[in-house]
Amino acid sequence: MIKVENLTKRYAGQPAIRDLNFEVGKGEIMGFLGPNGAGKSTTMRILSSFMPPTSGRASIAGFDVFEQSLQARAHLGYMPENVPLYNDMRVTEYLDYRAALKGVPHRRVAERVGDVKELCGLKEVEKKIIGALSKGFRQRVGLADALVHEPDLLILDEPTSGLDPNQIRQVRDLIKNLGKQHTILLSTHILPEVEMTCSRVIIINRGRIEACDTPENLLGRIRTAGGVIVEAKIGSDDGAEELRKIAGVRDVTESVDGDWRIFALRVEANTDVREEVYRLASARRWTLRELSQRKATLEDVFVEITHPDEV
Amino acid sequence: MRKFYTLLSREVRSYFYSPIAYVVLVFFLFVAGVDFYFQLSFMNGKPVGYSVQEAFFNSVFFWFAFVLIFPLITMRLFAEEFKLGTIEPLMTAPVRDWQVILAKFFGSLVFYLILWLPTLLYFWVFQSITHQPAANSTGAYFGTYLMILLLGMFYLSIGCLASALTKNQIVAAVISFCVITLHFFSGLISFILQEVSSSTRQLLGYFSAIEQMGTLSRGEIDTRPVVLYVSMTIVMLTLTYQAFQSRKWRL
Repeated sequence: MIKVENLTKRYAGQPAIRDLNFEVGKGEIMGFLGPNGAGKSTTMRILSSFMPPTSGRASIAGFDVFEQSLQARAHLGYMPENVPLYNDMRVTEYLDYRAALKGVPHRRVAERVGDVKELCGLKEVEKKIIGALSKGFRQRVGLADALVHEPDLLILDEPTSGLDPNQIRQVRDLIKNLGKQHTILLSTHILPEVEMTCSRVIIINRGRIEACDTPENLLGRIRTAGGVIVEAKIGSDDGAEELRKIAGVRDVTESVDGDWRIFALRVEANTDVREEVYRLASARRWTLRELSQRKATLEDVFVEITHPDEV
Repeated sequence: MRKFYTLLSREVRSYFYSPIAYVVLVFFLFVAGVDFYFQLSFMNGKPVGYSVQEAFFNSVFFWFAFVLIFPLITMRLFAEEFKLGTIEPLMTAPVRDWQVILAKFFGSLVFYLILWLPTLLYFWVFQSITHQPAANSTGAYFGTYLMILLLGMFYLSIGCLASALTKNQIVAAVISFCVITLHFFSGLISFILQEVSSSTRQLLGYFSAIEQMGTLSRGEIDTRPVVLYVSMTIVMLTLTYQAFQSRKWRL
Protein backbone atom coordinates (compact mmCIF):
# COMPACT_ATOMS: atom_id res chain seq x y z
CA MET A 1 0.00 0.00 0.00
CA ILE A 2 2.86 2.36 0.85
CA LYS A 3 6.22 1.96 -0.76
CA VAL A 4 9.10 4.24 0.15
CA GLU A 5 12.44 4.11 -1.59
CA ASN A 6 15.55 6.09 -0.62
CA LEU A 7 13.43 8.97 0.57
CA THR A 8 15.45 12.02 1.58
CA LYS A 9 14.29 15.48 2.57
CA ARG A 10 16.54 18.42 3.35
CA TYR A 11 15.48 21.72 4.90
CA ALA A 12 17.99 24.40 3.98
CA GLY A 13 20.68 21.78 3.53
CA GLN A 14 19.90 20.14 6.87
CA PRO A 15 18.66 16.60 6.30
CA ALA A 16 15.37 15.88 8.07
CA ILE A 17 15.12 12.32 6.79
CA ARG A 18 17.84 10.30 5.11
CA ASP A 19 17.43 7.37 2.75
CA LEU A 20 14.25 5.94 4.18
CA ASN A 21 13.16 2.58 2.80
CA PHE A 22 10.08 0.75 3.95
CA GLU A 23 6.87 -0.82 2.80
CA VAL A 24 3.48 -1.09 4.41
CA GLY A 25 1.31 -3.93 3.19
CA LYS A 26 -2.45 -3.92 2.78
CA GLY A 27 -4.32 -4.29 6.08
CA GLU A 28 -1.31 -3.56 8.27
CA ILE A 29 -1.32 -1.12 11.16
CA MET A 30 2.14 0.37 11.11
CA GLY A 31 3.39 2.35 14.09
CA PHE A 32 5.84 5.14 13.46
CA LEU A 33 7.95 5.90 16.51
CA GLY A 34 10.69 8.36 17.17
CA PRO A 35 11.71 11.26 19.39
CA ASN A 36 10.55 14.77 18.53
CA GLY A 37 12.26 16.06 15.42
CA ALA A 38 13.18 12.57 14.21
CA GLY A 39 11.42 13.11 10.89
CA LYS A 40 8.05 11.45 11.48
CA SER A 41 5.91 14.39 10.41
CA THR A 42 8.21 15.14 7.48
CA THR A 43 7.80 11.60 6.19
CA MET A 44 4.04 11.76 6.60
CA ARG A 45 3.82 15.11 4.86
CA ILE A 46 5.72 13.71 1.91
CA LEU A 47 3.48 10.65 1.79
CA SER A 48 0.42 12.87 1.81
CA SER A 49 1.80 14.90 -1.16
CA PHE A 50 1.94 18.04 0.95
CA MET A 51 5.56 18.57 0.05
CA PRO A 52 7.94 16.89 -2.34
CA PRO A 53 10.99 14.91 -1.20
CA THR A 54 14.48 16.19 -2.03
CA SER A 55 15.24 12.81 -3.57
CA GLY A 56 13.86 9.29 -3.60
CA ARG A 57 10.38 8.03 -4.36
CA ALA A 58 7.24 7.19 -2.49
CA SER A 59 4.04 5.68 -3.77
CA ILE A 60 0.60 5.03 -2.37
CA ALA A 61 -1.55 2.26 -3.84
CA GLY A 62 0.85 2.20 -6.78
CA PHE A 63 0.60 5.94 -7.49
CA ASP A 64 3.68 8.11 -7.13
CA VAL A 65 2.93 10.78 -4.51
CA PHE A 66 4.55 13.47 -6.60
CA GLU A 67 3.87 12.55 -10.21
CA GLN A 68 0.39 11.04 -9.76
CA SER A 69 -0.40 13.10 -6.74
CA LEU A 70 -4.16 13.43 -7.31
CA GLN A 71 -4.73 9.66 -7.57
CA ALA A 72 -2.44 9.03 -4.61
CA ARG A 73 -4.31 11.63 -2.55
CA ALA A 74 -7.67 10.11 -3.51
CA HIS A 75 -6.60 6.86 -1.84
CA LEU A 76 -5.46 8.55 1.30
CA GLY A 77 -7.05 9.84 4.46
CA TYR A 78 -4.61 12.11 6.25
CA MET A 79 -4.90 13.65 9.68
CA PRO A 80 -2.16 16.22 10.29
CA GLU A 81 -0.56 16.86 13.64
CA ASN A 82 -2.61 19.20 15.88
CA VAL A 83 -5.60 18.77 13.53
CA PRO A 84 -5.96 22.15 11.85
CA LEU A 85 -9.66 22.86 11.14
CA TYR A 86 -11.77 25.82 10.01
CA ASN A 87 -12.85 27.17 13.37
CA ASP A 88 -15.82 29.09 12.04
CA MET A 89 -17.64 26.14 10.44
CA ARG A 90 -20.06 23.72 12.06
CA VAL A 91 -19.12 20.06 12.36
CA THR A 92 -21.62 18.65 9.84
CA GLU A 93 -21.04 21.53 7.47
CA TYR A 94 -17.29 20.93 7.55
CA LEU A 95 -17.61 17.20 6.96
CA ASP A 96 -20.06 17.78 4.08
CA TYR A 97 -17.57 20.18 2.53
CA ARG A 98 -14.67 17.78 2.97
CA ALA A 99 -16.66 14.85 1.54
CA ALA A 100 -17.55 16.84 -1.59
CA LEU A 101 -13.96 18.03 -1.92
CA LYS A 102 -12.68 14.48 -1.75
CA GLY A 103 -15.05 13.38 -4.49
CA VAL A 104 -17.70 11.48 -2.56
CA PRO A 105 -20.65 11.25 -5.01
CA HIS A 106 -23.30 13.86 -4.32
CA ARG A 107 -26.06 11.45 -3.28
CA ARG A 108 -23.75 9.56 -0.91
CA VAL A 109 -22.43 12.59 1.00
CA ALA A 110 -25.18 12.62 3.63
CA GLU A 111 -24.87 8.88 4.20
CA ARG A 112 -21.06 8.92 4.48
CA VAL A 113 -21.01 11.96 6.77
CA GLY A 114 -23.68 10.30 8.94
CA ASP A 115 -21.59 7.13 9.11
CA VAL A 116 -18.36 8.82 10.16
CA LYS A 117 -20.15 10.98 12.72
CA GLU A 118 -21.59 7.79 14.19
CA LEU A 119 -18.24 6.02 14.09
CA CYS A 120 -16.28 8.87 15.68
CA GLY A 121 -18.93 9.75 18.27
CA LEU A 122 -19.69 13.19 16.87
CA LYS A 123 -23.50 12.98 16.91
CA GLU A 124 -23.82 15.08 20.05
CA VAL A 125 -21.74 17.96 18.68
CA GLU A 126 -22.77 17.85 15.02
CA LYS A 127 -24.35 21.31 15.09
CA LYS A 128 -21.60 22.97 17.11
CA ILE A 129 -19.05 25.40 15.75
CA ILE A 130 -15.68 23.69 15.48
CA GLY A 131 -13.88 26.54 17.26
CA ALA A 132 -15.94 25.81 20.37
CA LEU A 133 -15.06 22.11 20.55
CA SER A 134 -12.71 20.55 23.07
CA LYS A 135 -9.41 19.05 21.98
CA GLY A 136 -10.84 15.53 22.07
CA PHE A 137 -13.72 16.38 19.77
CA ARG A 138 -11.47 18.29 17.38
CA GLN A 139 -9.32 15.19 17.15
CA ARG A 140 -12.40 13.15 16.30
CA VAL A 141 -13.52 15.65 13.67
CA GLY A 142 -10.06 15.29 12.12
CA LEU A 143 -10.39 11.52 12.16
CA ALA A 144 -13.91 11.67 10.68
CA ASP A 145 -12.54 13.92 7.94
CA ALA A 146 -9.77 11.42 7.18
CA LEU A 147 -12.34 8.62 6.93
CA VAL A 148 -15.15 10.31 5.07
CA HIS A 149 -14.19 9.24 1.55
CA GLU A 150 -13.50 5.61 2.57
CA PRO A 151 -9.78 5.70 1.81
CA ASP A 152 -7.73 2.52 1.58
CA LEU A 153 -4.98 4.10 3.62
CA LEU A 154 -5.06 6.25 6.72
CA ILE A 155 -2.07 8.34 7.77
CA LEU A 156 -2.52 9.70 11.27
CA ASP A 157 0.06 12.06 12.72
CA GLU A 158 -0.14 11.71 16.51
CA PRO A 159 -3.83 10.93 16.72
CA THR A 160 -3.81 10.82 20.52
CA SER A 161 -1.63 13.79 21.43
CA GLY A 162 -3.26 16.04 23.97
CA LEU A 163 -6.07 13.66 24.88
CA ASP A 164 -6.94 12.45 28.36
CA PRO A 165 -6.52 8.74 29.21
CA ASN A 166 -10.17 7.89 28.54
CA GLN A 167 -10.13 9.61 25.19
CA ILE A 168 -6.86 7.89 24.32
CA ARG A 169 -8.51 4.56 25.04
CA GLN A 170 -11.48 5.45 22.84
CA VAL A 171 -9.29 6.57 19.96
CA ARG A 172 -7.13 3.46 20.34
CA ASP A 173 -10.18 1.18 20.13
CA LEU A 174 -11.40 3.13 17.14
CA ILE A 175 -8.06 2.72 15.37
CA LYS A 176 -8.03 -0.97 16.16
CA ASN A 177 -11.46 -1.34 14.59
CA LEU A 178 -10.49 0.73 11.59
CA GLY A 179 -7.52 -1.55 11.09
CA LYS A 180 -9.91 -4.27 10.02
CA GLN A 181 -10.75 -2.46 6.79
CA HIS A 182 -7.99 0.10 6.32
CA THR A 183 -4.25 0.15 6.13
CA ILE A 184 -3.00 2.55 8.79
CA LEU A 185 0.24 4.40 9.34
CA LEU A 186 0.24 6.24 12.65
CA SER A 187 2.87 8.12 14.57
CA THR A 188 2.84 8.53 18.30
CA HIS A 189 4.91 9.03 21.42
CA ILE A 190 2.69 6.83 23.52
CA LEU A 191 4.35 3.46 23.43
CA PRO A 192 1.82 1.20 25.16
CA GLU A 193 -0.54 2.30 22.43
CA VAL A 194 1.73 0.97 19.73
CA GLU A 195 2.15 -2.33 21.55
CA MET A 196 -1.60 -2.70 21.72
CA THR A 197 -2.60 -1.56 18.25
CA CYS A 198 0.21 -1.98 15.75
CA SER A 199 1.16 -5.05 13.80
CA ARG A 200 4.55 -3.59 12.89
CA VAL A 201 6.68 -0.76 14.17
CA ILE A 202 9.23 1.53 12.57
CA ILE A 203 11.57 3.33 14.93
CA ILE A 204 13.10 6.40 13.38
CA ASN A 205 15.82 8.53 14.90
CA ARG A 206 17.63 11.55 13.46
CA GLY A 207 16.08 10.92 10.07
CA ARG A 208 17.11 7.28 9.82
CA ILE A 209 15.19 4.06 10.33
CA GLU A 210 16.76 2.31 13.30
CA ALA A 211 14.43 -0.66 13.45
CA CYS A 212 11.46 -2.04 11.59
CA ASP A 213 9.79 -5.16 12.96
CA THR A 214 6.83 -6.53 14.90
CA PRO A 215 6.61 -5.35 18.51
CA GLU A 216 7.33 -8.91 19.75
CA ASN A 217 10.49 -9.26 17.73
CA LEU A 218 11.68 -5.83 18.79
CA LEU A 219 11.25 -6.82 22.44
CA GLY A 220 13.23 -9.99 21.84
CA ARG A 221 16.04 -8.10 20.21
CA ILE A 222 17.02 -5.71 22.92
CA ARG A 223 19.79 -6.38 25.37
CA THR A 224 17.85 -5.88 28.55
CA ALA A 225 14.67 -7.78 28.18
CA GLY A 226 13.43 -6.91 31.63
CA GLY A 227 14.12 -7.36 35.29
CA VAL A 228 13.13 -9.10 38.49
CA ILE A 229 12.44 -7.44 41.81
CA VAL A 230 13.24 -9.38 44.97
CA GLU A 231 12.41 -8.14 48.46
CA ALA A 232 13.68 -10.35 51.30
CA LYS A 233 15.04 -10.51 54.84
CA ILE A 234 18.42 -12.10 54.38
CA GLY A 235 20.07 -11.88 57.78
CA SER A 236 23.81 -11.48 57.44
CA ASP A 237 24.13 -13.02 53.95
CA ASP A 238 25.57 -11.04 51.05
CA GLY A 239 22.37 -11.23 49.01
CA ALA A 240 23.60 -9.36 45.97
CA GLU A 241 26.60 -11.62 45.62
CA GLU A 242 24.45 -14.78 45.87
CA LEU A 243 21.90 -13.52 43.36
CA ARG A 244 24.59 -12.57 40.89
CA LYS A 245 25.66 -16.23 40.75
CA ILE A 246 22.31 -17.28 39.24
CA ALA A 247 22.66 -18.03 35.53
CA GLY A 248 21.04 -15.34 33.40
CA VAL A 249 21.43 -12.50 35.92
CA ARG A 250 23.55 -9.72 34.50
CA ASP A 251 23.50 -7.18 37.24
CA VAL A 252 22.06 -6.63 40.71
CA THR A 253 21.43 -3.37 42.50
CA GLU A 254 20.57 -3.34 46.19
CA SER A 255 18.66 -0.97 48.43
CA VAL A 256 17.54 -1.13 52.05
CA ASP A 257 14.07 -0.67 53.55
CA GLY A 258 14.30 -1.21 57.33
CA ASP A 259 15.07 -4.92 57.86
CA TRP A 260 14.20 -5.63 54.26
CA ARG A 261 16.56 -5.66 51.33
CA ILE A 262 15.30 -4.81 47.88
CA PHE A 263 17.22 -6.24 44.93
CA ALA A 264 16.65 -5.18 41.35
CA LEU A 265 17.95 -7.81 38.96
CA ARG A 266 18.67 -7.18 35.31
CA VAL A 267 18.44 -10.42 33.39
CA GLU A 268 19.23 -11.74 29.93
CA ALA A 269 16.58 -11.62 27.26
CA ASN A 270 13.97 -14.40 27.32
CA THR A 271 15.05 -15.91 30.62
CA ASP A 272 13.00 -16.28 33.75
CA VAL A 273 15.14 -16.50 36.87
CA ARG A 274 12.33 -16.37 39.44
CA GLU A 275 12.37 -20.10 40.09
CA GLU A 276 16.10 -20.02 40.78
CA VAL A 277 15.68 -17.05 43.06
CA TYR A 278 13.00 -18.89 45.03
CA ARG A 279 15.22 -21.97 45.41
CA LEU A 280 18.09 -19.83 46.61
CA ALA A 281 15.85 -18.05 49.09
CA SER A 282 14.41 -21.25 50.54
CA ALA A 283 17.86 -22.89 50.73
CA ARG A 284 19.22 -19.88 52.62
CA ARG A 285 16.03 -19.52 54.69
CA TRP A 286 15.42 -15.92 53.54
CA THR A 287 11.99 -14.50 54.18
CA LEU A 288 10.54 -13.41 50.81
CA ARG A 289 8.10 -10.52 50.64
CA GLU A 290 8.12 -9.92 46.90
CA LEU A 291 9.33 -11.76 43.86
CA SER A 292 8.12 -10.21 40.65
CA GLN A 293 9.13 -9.82 37.07
CA ARG A 294 9.00 -6.58 35.20
CA LYS A 295 8.40 -7.24 31.51
CA ALA A 296 10.34 -5.25 29.00
CA THR A 297 8.18 -2.81 27.10
CA LEU A 298 8.55 -0.99 23.86
CA GLU A 299 9.66 1.89 25.99
CA ASP A 300 12.86 -0.01 26.77
CA VAL A 301 13.29 -0.75 23.09
CA PHE A 302 12.69 2.87 22.24
CA VAL A 303 15.11 4.18 24.83
CA GLU A 304 17.77 1.66 23.90
CA ILE A 305 17.51 2.39 20.20
CA THR A 306 17.19 6.15 20.32
CA HIS A 307 19.59 6.79 23.21
CA PRO A 308 22.06 3.90 23.15
CA ASP A 309 24.51 5.65 25.50
CA GLU A 310 22.08 5.93 28.38
CA VAL A 311 21.26 2.22 28.66
CA MET B 1 -15.65 21.29 -11.82
CA ARG B 2 -17.57 20.04 -8.80
CA LYS B 3 -14.48 20.42 -6.63
CA PHE B 4 -14.04 23.98 -7.85
CA TYR B 5 -17.67 24.73 -7.06
CA THR B 6 -17.29 23.16 -3.60
CA LEU B 7 -14.22 25.30 -2.89
CA LEU B 8 -15.89 28.41 -4.30
CA SER B 9 -19.03 28.04 -2.23
CA ARG B 10 -16.97 27.59 0.93
CA GLU B 11 -14.96 30.70 0.11
CA VAL B 12 -18.07 32.82 -0.40
CA ARG B 13 -19.75 31.47 2.71
CA SER B 14 -16.59 31.91 4.78
CA TYR B 15 -16.94 35.69 4.40
CA PHE B 16 -20.24 35.52 6.19
CA TYR B 17 -19.00 33.19 8.94
CA SER B 18 -16.66 35.89 10.20
CA PRO B 19 -17.54 39.45 11.19
CA ILE B 20 -15.35 40.83 8.41
CA ALA B 21 -18.11 40.63 5.80
CA TYR B 22 -20.47 42.69 7.91
CA VAL B 23 -17.83 45.24 8.85
CA VAL B 24 -16.86 45.76 5.22
CA LEU B 25 -20.50 45.87 4.09
CA VAL B 26 -21.48 48.44 6.68
CA PHE B 27 -18.42 50.59 6.05
CA PHE B 28 -18.89 50.46 2.31
CA LEU B 29 -22.62 51.17 2.36
CA PHE B 30 -22.07 54.05 4.75
CA VAL B 31 -19.49 55.72 2.52
CA ALA B 32 -21.50 55.03 -0.63
CA GLY B 33 -24.61 56.45 1.01
CA VAL B 34 -22.80 59.59 2.14
CA ASP B 35 -21.35 59.94 -1.35
CA PHE B 36 -24.75 59.66 -2.99
CA TYR B 37 -26.31 62.13 -0.56
CA PHE B 38 -23.64 64.80 -1.06
CA GLN B 39 -23.59 64.44 -4.83
CA LEU B 40 -27.35 64.87 -4.93
CA SER B 41 -27.38 67.89 -2.60
CA PHE B 42 -24.63 69.47 -4.66
CA MET B 43 -26.47 68.92 -7.93
CA ASN B 44 -29.66 70.20 -6.37
CA GLY B 45 -28.07 73.62 -5.86
CA LYS B 46 -26.99 74.49 -9.39
CA PRO B 47 -27.10 73.22 -12.95
CA VAL B 48 -24.33 70.73 -13.82
CA GLY B 49 -23.20 69.01 -16.99
CA TYR B 50 -23.16 65.45 -15.75
CA SER B 51 -25.57 62.80 -14.52
CA VAL B 52 -26.15 61.55 -10.95
CA GLN B 53 -24.67 58.21 -11.84
CA GLU B 54 -21.52 59.83 -13.26
CA ALA B 55 -21.09 61.99 -10.19
CA PHE B 56 -21.50 59.04 -7.84
CA PHE B 57 -18.71 57.01 -9.39
CA ASN B 58 -16.24 59.84 -9.87
CA SER B 59 -16.04 61.41 -6.43
CA VAL B 60 -13.38 61.44 -3.75
CA PHE B 61 -15.67 59.50 -1.39
CA PHE B 62 -16.04 56.75 -3.90
CA TRP B 63 -12.32 56.30 -4.55
CA PHE B 64 -11.50 56.51 -0.86
CA ALA B 65 -13.81 53.62 -0.02
CA PHE B 66 -12.80 51.81 -3.16
CA VAL B 67 -9.07 51.35 -2.48
CA LEU B 68 -9.70 50.48 1.15
CA ILE B 69 -11.99 47.50 0.68
CA PHE B 70 -9.60 45.29 -1.29
CA PRO B 71 -7.04 44.63 1.47
CA LEU B 72 -9.95 43.89 3.82
CA ILE B 73 -11.53 41.41 1.43
CA THR B 74 -8.37 39.58 0.39
CA MET B 75 -5.97 39.66 3.34
CA ARG B 76 -7.20 36.43 4.90
CA LEU B 77 -7.52 34.35 1.71
CA PHE B 78 -4.25 32.45 1.92
CA ALA B 79 -2.57 33.98 4.97
CA GLU B 80 -5.21 32.58 7.31
CA GLU B 81 -4.87 29.08 5.87
CA PHE B 82 -1.09 29.23 6.33
CA LYS B 83 -1.45 30.55 9.88
CA LEU B 84 -4.05 28.03 11.05
CA GLY B 85 -2.36 25.16 9.22
CA THR B 86 -5.60 24.35 7.40
CA ILE B 87 -3.59 24.52 4.20
CA GLU B 88 -2.41 21.00 5.07
CA PRO B 89 -5.79 19.23 5.02
CA LEU B 90 -6.77 21.39 2.05
CA MET B 91 -3.78 20.51 -0.11
CA THR B 92 -3.72 16.84 0.89
CA ALA B 93 -7.26 16.48 -0.45
CA PRO B 94 -7.33 15.57 -4.14
CA VAL B 95 -7.56 19.13 -5.46
CA ARG B 96 -5.25 20.98 -7.82
CA ASP B 97 -3.40 24.12 -6.78
CA TRP B 98 -5.03 26.23 -9.49
CA GLN B 99 -8.48 25.08 -8.41
CA VAL B 100 -7.78 26.44 -4.94
CA ILE B 101 -6.38 29.72 -6.27
CA LEU B 102 -9.21 30.34 -8.72
CA ALA B 103 -11.80 29.42 -6.08
CA LYS B 104 -10.32 31.94 -3.68
CA PHE B 105 -10.11 34.63 -6.36
CA PHE B 106 -13.64 34.12 -7.65
CA GLY B 107 -14.92 33.76 -4.08
CA SER B 108 -13.59 37.22 -3.28
CA LEU B 109 -14.99 38.53 -6.58
CA VAL B 110 -18.47 37.22 -5.74
CA PHE B 111 -18.33 38.91 -2.33
CA TYR B 112 -17.11 42.11 -4.00
CA LEU B 113 -20.04 42.06 -6.41
CA ILE B 114 -22.46 41.44 -3.55
CA LEU B 115 -21.00 44.59 -2.03
CA TRP B 116 -22.05 46.59 -5.09
CA LEU B 117 -25.57 45.24 -5.45
CA PRO B 118 -27.21 47.76 -3.10
CA THR B 119 -25.86 50.69 -5.13
CA LEU B 120 -28.14 49.69 -8.00
CA LEU B 121 -30.97 50.41 -5.63
CA TYR B 122 -29.86 54.05 -5.24
CA PHE B 123 -30.47 54.83 -8.90
CA TRP B 124 -33.74 52.97 -8.93
CA VAL B 125 -34.98 54.91 -5.87
CA PHE B 126 -33.76 58.17 -7.39
CA GLN B 127 -35.55 57.50 -10.64
CA SER B 128 -38.82 56.39 -9.04
CA ILE B 129 -38.96 59.46 -6.75
CA THR B 130 -37.80 62.21 -9.09
CA HIS B 131 -38.94 60.71 -12.39
CA GLN B 132 -35.61 61.88 -13.75
CA PRO B 133 -33.14 59.46 -15.35
CA ALA B 134 -30.12 58.88 -13.08
CA ALA B 135 -27.83 58.27 -16.04
CA ASN B 136 -27.58 59.49 -19.61
CA SER B 137 -28.19 56.06 -21.06
CA THR B 138 -28.33 52.33 -20.28
CA GLY B 139 -24.83 52.11 -21.69
CA ALA B 140 -23.61 54.41 -18.93
CA TYR B 141 -24.76 51.92 -16.30
CA PHE B 142 -23.18 49.10 -18.20
CA GLY B 143 -19.90 50.99 -18.62
CA THR B 144 -19.65 51.95 -14.96
CA TYR B 145 -20.33 48.52 -13.64
CA LEU B 146 -17.98 47.04 -16.23
CA MET B 147 -15.25 49.31 -14.88
CA ILE B 148 -16.14 48.31 -11.31
CA LEU B 149 -15.80 44.67 -12.34
CA LEU B 150 -12.53 45.13 -14.25
CA LEU B 151 -10.76 47.21 -11.65
CA GLY B 152 -12.13 44.95 -8.92
CA MET B 153 -10.69 41.88 -10.64
CA PHE B 154 -7.29 43.48 -10.93
CA TYR B 155 -7.15 44.77 -7.36
CA LEU B 156 -8.49 41.52 -5.93
CA SER B 157 -5.83 39.56 -7.79
CA ILE B 158 -3.19 41.86 -6.25
CA GLY B 159 -4.73 41.07 -2.86
CA CYS B 160 -4.57 37.33 -3.62
CA LEU B 161 -0.87 37.59 -4.41
CA ALA B 162 -0.12 39.59 -1.26
CA SER B 163 -1.99 37.06 0.86
CA ALA B 164 -0.19 34.11 -0.72
CA LEU B 165 3.17 35.65 0.19
CA THR B 166 2.78 35.65 3.96
CA LYS B 167 1.08 33.95 6.86
CA ASN B 168 0.44 37.29 8.53
CA GLN B 169 -2.85 38.91 7.50
CA ILE B 170 -1.71 42.39 8.51
CA VAL B 171 1.37 42.12 6.32
CA ALA B 172 -0.80 40.91 3.44
CA ALA B 173 -3.19 43.85 3.92
CA VAL B 174 -0.36 46.40 4.02
CA ILE B 175 1.30 45.00 0.89
CA SER B 176 -1.90 44.98 -1.14
CA PHE B 177 -2.94 48.39 0.15
CA CYS B 178 0.42 49.91 -0.86
CA VAL B 179 0.41 48.36 -4.34
CA ILE B 180 -3.22 49.26 -5.01
CA THR B 181 -2.82 52.85 -3.80
CA LEU B 182 0.38 53.21 -5.81
CA HIS B 183 -1.38 52.08 -8.97
CA PHE B 184 -4.31 54.26 -8.22
CA PHE B 185 -2.28 57.41 -7.59
CA SER B 186 -0.10 56.89 -10.64
CA GLY B 187 -3.25 57.88 -12.52
CA LEU B 188 -3.37 61.13 -10.56
CA ILE B 189 0.17 62.20 -11.45
CA SER B 190 -0.97 63.99 -14.58
CA PHE B 191 -3.34 66.07 -12.46
CA ILE B 192 -0.79 66.85 -9.76
CA LEU B 193 2.41 67.47 -11.73
CA GLN B 194 2.00 70.34 -14.12
CA GLU B 195 5.36 70.15 -15.88
CA VAL B 196 5.17 66.58 -17.26
CA SER B 197 5.28 66.38 -21.01
CA SER B 198 2.11 65.69 -22.94
CA SER B 199 3.34 62.27 -24.10
CA THR B 200 3.99 61.21 -20.48
CA ARG B 201 0.60 62.57 -19.59
CA GLN B 202 -0.99 60.53 -22.34
CA LEU B 203 0.88 57.38 -21.37
CA LEU B 204 -0.15 57.70 -17.72
CA GLY B 205 -3.69 58.34 -18.91
CA TYR B 206 -3.83 54.86 -20.38
CA PHE B 207 -3.20 53.40 -16.92
CA SER B 208 -5.27 55.89 -14.99
CA ALA B 209 -8.25 54.25 -13.34
CA ILE B 210 -9.79 57.67 -12.75
CA GLU B 211 -9.71 58.65 -16.41
CA GLN B 212 -11.01 55.27 -17.50
CA MET B 213 -13.85 55.49 -15.02
CA GLY B 214 -14.67 58.94 -16.37
CA THR B 215 -14.90 57.60 -19.90
CA LEU B 216 -16.84 54.44 -19.12
CA SER B 217 -19.31 56.08 -16.75
CA ARG B 218 -20.36 58.39 -19.58
CA GLY B 219 -21.27 55.26 -21.50
CA GLU B 220 -18.31 55.22 -23.87
CA ILE B 221 -17.27 51.58 -23.79
CA ASP B 222 -13.55 51.52 -24.45
CA THR B 223 -11.95 48.10 -25.02
CA ARG B 224 -8.46 49.20 -23.95
CA PRO B 225 -9.12 49.03 -20.19
CA VAL B 226 -10.85 45.68 -20.73
CA VAL B 227 -7.71 44.22 -22.26
CA LEU B 228 -5.46 45.95 -19.73
CA TYR B 229 -7.25 44.75 -16.60
CA VAL B 230 -8.10 41.25 -17.76
CA SER B 231 -4.50 40.61 -18.77
CA MET B 232 -3.12 42.19 -15.58
CA THR B 233 -5.45 39.99 -13.53
CA ILE B 234 -4.17 36.90 -15.33
CA VAL B 235 -0.58 38.00 -14.65
CA MET B 236 -1.32 38.53 -10.95
CA LEU B 237 -3.06 35.17 -10.62
CA THR B 238 -0.14 33.45 -12.34
CA LEU B 239 2.21 35.08 -9.85
CA THR B 240 -0.10 33.96 -7.04
CA TYR B 241 0.12 30.42 -8.38
CA GLN B 242 3.91 30.62 -8.33
CA ALA B 243 3.95 32.06 -4.81
CA PHE B 244 1.55 29.37 -3.66
CA GLN B 245 3.71 26.64 -5.18
CA SER B 246 6.75 28.01 -3.41
CA ARG B 247 5.59 26.43 -0.13
CA LYS B 248 6.81 23.17 -1.64
CA TRP B 249 10.43 24.22 -1.61
CA ARG B 250 10.32 26.97 1.00
CA LEU B 251 8.82 25.45 4.16
